[in-house]
Amino acid sequence: MDKHLLSINDLSASEAIQILNTASELSKISDGPMKKLPTLRGRTVVNLFFEDSTRTRISFESAAKRLSADVINFSAKGSSVSKGESLKDTAQTLQAMGADAVVIRHGASGAAQRLADSGWISACVINAGDGTHEHPTQALLDAYTIRSKFPDLTENFNGLKVAIVGDILHSRVARSNVLLLTKLGAKVTLVAPPTLIPVGISNWPVEVSYDLDQAIKNVDVVMMLRVQSERMAASFFPSEREYSRGYGLDLARLNSLNSSTIVMHPGPMNRGLEISAESADSHKSVVLAQVANGVLIRMAVLYQLLGGAALTGEVSA
Amino acid sequence: MATVLDAGEIGRALKRIAHEIIEHNHGLENVVLLGIPTRGAFLGTRIANFLGEIASPVPVGTLDITLHRDDLRMRPPRPLLPTNIPLGGIEGRDVVLVDDVLFSGRTIRAALDAIGEIGRPRSVQLAVLVDRGHRELPIRADYVGKNIPTSSNESVRVHLSEIDGNDSVEITAGA
Repeated sequence: MDKHLLSINDLSASEAIQILNTASELSKISDGPMKKLPTLRGRTVVNLFFEDSTRTRISFESAAKRLSADVINFSAKGSSVSKGESLKDTAQTLQAMGADAVVIRHGASGAAQRLADSGWISACVINAGDGTHEHPTQALLDAYTIRSKFPDLTENFNGLKVAIVGDILHSRVARSNVLLLTKLGAKVTLVAPPTLIPVGISNWPVEVSYDLDQAIKNVDVVMMLRVQSERMAASFFPSEREYSRGYGLDLARLNSLNSSTIVMHPGPMNRGLEISAESADSHKSVVLAQVANGVLIRMAVLYQLLGGAALTGEVSA
Repeated sequence: MATVLDAGEIGRALKRIAHEIIEHNHGLENVVLLGIPTRGAFLGTRIANFLGEIASPVPVGTLDITLHRDDLRMRPPRPLLPTNIPLGGIEGRDVVLVDDVLFSGRTIRAALDAIGEIGRPRSVQLAVLVDRGHRELPIRADYVGKNIPTSSNESVRVHLSEIDGNDSVEITAGA
């Protein structure tokens, strides 16, 4: 694993499995006997959030605190960013304060990459969502959640069938999940109206379907995506009601799923739009497990990036 | 390379340690074994099997100390190994830590920290297959399979049939 986690492409399949294994060992100790671990004592983790977030920020904060790191939360609202400070100046301020890791969420695709490559800071950079590009820790926690529900999957996801449904075009969660799940051997089908499928989809290692009822027959995992109204400048579908009829997971579709199939959603959910309340609260839904597993995955990632010596640092015997 | 313990000697040493644990604790009612992965965990299970044959079954678990190490920042990140605390926990028990080689004592210090996070045992004792000296901390073992005087540039390798295919302890000259 590189010094940074910017994209799922930074990880090989075995490194991804290693992170999942680390998270499952962490779940045995930190959910059980040891709530707090001393591993990152004295290290500083900065949460640099230019976009709103509940789950991801709290999850990173709680992961860092459980490993005894110091956490500084920075959100664009109420900071000098609203006075017009640039990413560069903000980054250099964090550098001067001695941050060891920067967790960044930004509305611009590639912001995390820019931060990592620019030479502005020496800290590890963890991408917590950049525009419509990637959200690697979400994909890792989704893979972890899937693995915990299908105990046969240990070293790879061969034979697993996953349908990712909804606003693929704007979804960084979908991109990271496609990369990770196919890397691990799963078969992924993307389901969306044609207007919400990105250009160039034929280069992705996935199948595409426009028919939700057909696509969710015999899949193991149905991953619903949020309709990202805030990123939609144009109208991508005639009305919310029509979208919901065609691509929402309602009770009838929920009942048509196999008994072992699980329903996932990265949150926040638009209840009644892409997922009905019955589906969101059903026993097939693992939405809350995803949130709980997020803390473990982020602990594992922080441990992998900060737990050892810097890769360029000297190594003693 | 010199073999200092063979399979038979390892077996006898572990059996003797099992007897010493019973003697020292006046029985096994309150004893819990915790092996430190990787090889300490196998040794813990073996000692527990001997205790079960000689006297009565004891709870046995494993304790990974990676996250408590003081040299984490000097090496690349290590994979975590399993931690399984026995059901009854360790609160008020006599915990016997089991490891393969006692050297600087730093692993045991980390293990004591880890135990402190889990609970407050009545006592913590230490059983090792090999004590090779060169302590860097004020730590000693209660039960020792064999004391092996070494020079600090030699390395001691413990092989166990569970993962290495055979039982032996070897000393090799350092680089």
